[in-house]
Amino acid sequence: MKHLLGTQDLSREEAVLILDTATQMAATQEREIRKLPTLRGKTVVNLFFEDSTRTRISFEAAAKRLSADVINFSAKGSSVSKGESLKDTALTLQAMGADAVVIRHWASGAADQLAHGGWLHGSVLNAGDGTHQHPTQALLDAYTMRRHLVDGPDGKGLDGLHVAIVGDILHSRVARSNVHLLTTLGAKVTLVAPPTLIPVGIGPWPVAVVHGLDAALDGPEIDAVMMLRVQRERMTGGGTAFFPSPQEYTRLFGLDGQRMARLPEHAIIMHPGPMNRGLEISAEAADSPRSVIVEQVANGVAVRMAALYLLLSGEEHM
Amino acid sequence: MTGTILGPPDIDRALTRIAHEILERNGGAANIVLLGIPTRGLPLAQRLAAKIATVEQGFDAVERCGALDITMYRDDLNRQPTRTIGPTTLPSQGIDDAVVILVDDVFHTGRTIRAALDAVKDVGRPQSVQLAVLVDRGHRELPIRADFVGKNIPTARSERVDVHLTEIDGDDAVILTGGER
Amino acid sequence: MIKAFIIAGARVYGEKAADVAVVDGVIVPVADAPSTAVRIDADGLVLLPGLVDLHTHLREPGREDAETIETGSRAAARGGWTAIHAMANTTPVADTAGVVEQVWSRGREIGLVDVYPVGAVTVGLKGEHLSEMGAMANSRARVRLFSDDGICVYDPVIMRRALEYVKSFDGVVLQHAQDLRLTEGSQMHEGEVSAELGLTGWPAVAEESIVARDVLLAGHVGSRVHIQHLSTVGSVDIVRWAKSRGIQVTAEATPHHLFLTHEEARTYNPMFKVNPPLRTAEDVQAVREGLADGTIDIVATDHAPHPSEDKDCEWAAAACGMTGLETALGIVQSVMVDSGLMTWRDVARVMSTTPAAIGRVSQWHGRPIAVGEPAHLTLVDPRAEHTVDPSTHASRSRNSPYAGRVLPGRAVATFLRGKPTFLDPRLEGAFA
Repeated sequence: MKHLLGTQDLSREEAVLILDTATQMAATQEREIRKLPTLRGKTVVNLFFEDSTRTRISFEAAAKRLSADVINFSAKGSSVSKGESLKDTALTLQAMGADAVVIRHWASGAADQLAHGGWLHGSVLNAGDGTHQHPTQALLDAYTMRRHLVDGPDGKGLDGLHVAIVGDILHSRVARSNVHLLTTLGAKVTLVAPPTLIPVGIGPWPVAVVHGLDAALDGPEIDAVMMLRVQRERMTGGGTAFFPSPQEYTRLFGLDGQRMARLPEHAIIMHPGPMNRGLEISAEAADSPRSVIVEQVANGVAVRMAALYLLLSGEEHM
Repeated sequence: MTGTILGPPDIDRALTRIAHEILERNGGAANIVLLGIPTRGLPLAQRLAAKIATVEQGFDAVERCGALDITMYRDDLNRQPTRTIGPTTLPSQGIDDAVVILVDDVFHTGRTIRAALDAVKDVGRPQSVQLAVLVDRGHRELPIRADFVGKNIPTARSERVDVHLTEIDGDDAVILTGGER
Repeated sequence: MIKAFIIAGARVYGEKAADVAVVDGVIVPVADAPSTAVRIDADGLVLLPGLVDLHTHLREPGREDAETIETGSRAAARGGWTAIHAMANTTPVADTAGVVEQVWSRGREIGLVDVYPVGAVTVGLKGEHLSEMGAMANSRARVRLFSDDGICVYDPVIMRRALEYVKSFDGVVLQHAQDLRLTEGSQMHEGEVSAELGLTGWPAVAEESIVARDVLLAGHVGSRVHIQHLSTVGSVDIVRWAKSRGIQVTAEATPHHLFLTHEEARTYNPMFKVNPPLRTAEDVQAVREGLADGTIDIVATDHAPHPSEDKDCEWAAAACGMTGLETALGIVQSVMVDSGLMTWRDVARVMSTTPAAIGRVSQWHGRPIAVGEPAHLTLVDPRAEHTVDPSTHASRSRNSPYAGRVLPGRAVATFLRGKPTFLDPRLEGAFA
């Protein structure tokens, strides 16, 4: 594996390998000495064109626990003000000797362009590009589901599980990455969103689509419900808003105590964070014992350690 | 000499002898923890633990035997395809102040054991670390020695020593192949 | 300057081989050519009337880093064009007689291709006030085509007024059909590929709804309208319907909309980012059929040069557009002629005669290859298979989506009033 750009390129074997490796990495995090010498001498650059303290810290922790050197590069620029170009930034990093670049960018496709642009020799790990993909998020989500919902999880996928993803699918890289990965691992996916937040070209996706959370709960038993963050700016009503108001969204799609009670007992509640408490998820649901939201964060470090290990060790990466 | 060097009865006798040597050297089984290095060090450690348990009352062969995966401590990760990481399991009280017996199948350059010592250091502070190996084939590249050896087999660098164990390969054997004419 | 030459043995309009003689920039009977006339061996080559492009961006004034009237003229000559229409989205915008006369004179000064400036429909392309189209029509540039291209004339009342107004000087409005509200932030065609790639979509209906509106408006006020860069099945259907109703609508298709689909965006290479976007295979098929059956009247390049920093970046930050002057013939040959959908005579119709008619320059361009006519001629080698290498292009910009692709043929000589404006190296000797 030279790059990790998206979950659509992962075979089932590769995905299970990452999850199993993450299990071993998680085990090392239970020790007193949580650091391993495995990636000593390697340089990992966190190239963040978009602010995200949580994700950056997660990758930084993962790299440091494997003894890699970490450089944080916070790049300026947006589609309006271009700033230093992606190409020039990449050439600078190459000159600095980056073995891996973890890139978070506001433009869809930026990670692919960085990996295939011919400017960098190292590995590229997509930490979220625009509304396209966020593979390590999907992997930590799958890891979390496997831990809670699959007996004797090592070596296994998510076969037969039913996962509901609720929220702004149209603009969600988390949703796109999850749809591919969950399907590869054998799970069934139902997308729950208003029609305005479902992409027009969704025909070939191997998913069911439902336009209300109550309707989804009426359907086949759900094993894991993943609530996506909804942006208030998209819901301000009038103009080009995708939804009349935040209140109507919460009434039709929000996960509250009542809806939570309709889930089977074993079902888990997930959220990639950060949460809008009271909008897409009530405090009661977020803080309930069925919520694994905090655990997802911890699992993120182990999954990212696994990804860095698999990308950076091994002769094929020299 | 090529072909099967040790068969099932030879291996069994060697392990019995090693088990007794461990007990003799350490004055009994108190504080002993066996850590097998995956893949084949692990079943060997389990067999040694079982043999110790038949001789020493109160020695819990399951509790006192674990696995120590050393993949993440290897010094040659970049020279080979990416390796899968195996499990590390330790006794519930850890290994602080224990006498850790590392167990591996073939002792060759010593680099595996060097990595194992680094791994041991990160999981606890044992009283001492000793090394038991089924086969010592020579050609050490580091100043490391084994405390307990099943059989010394002098080899040429070009030769291969393969160990088969029933738990993994379906049979018990130590096989020597290759070499230049 | 060579005053007399004979193009010997070319297949005229791709049909029968014949000799064509030119003296002092005019086609003459072969018997009247002087004995000193230079002879060009054109065996196996195809002779077409000089090509006319109704849609070129020359970028001067304002963006000379991307292209100048000179480099654009050279690129046009290399591509076989003898006349091009320069779009108005320059800086300053071509919305006054002064700017269009500047562009026109510069084109004449360079003399490699006849540059006809297109005037803006609205002042500053802002879509609020009609520009002084009458002044531009009466200027030395004699503007007949008006377009806010780059931007849609979105306000229906402004579009109506413009359609009515240009009737007084036999002008035509060229519409870049794009509902601005439906395409806010759009990056590529809205469909299955955009859903996967996470790029905001540009739905086909945003083009079709404006095409429908404008053909109906043109019919209502009795004016001509020309739809630029048609790209969807629906647009082709609407234009076909409008023509059947007698509405005076003409339409163009670009080479890239005849050839490439939205699948190219999967690489996120901004070389494939264009407005209107590359669409589905069904759309491409409909555009080809529309061109073949005459629903789409002409091929126009929409040659849109951009400097490398505007393309060597993230897709979302990249400029829209592709160069096209030097690859158009090869694409059209590959997609339409070699596939049997059109003949070379059809190519002459859609790339020379009809564009000249729409552009109201038929008294000079798009003329028949016949005795007495001005010698605007394009000599094509249909067997000159070559790999597209933008670094060898005359255009100042390198943003061609065809880099590395093999095209079957190309222009090997272009003549503007008998003067060779482009000669393939193997023919240069004849004119030395």
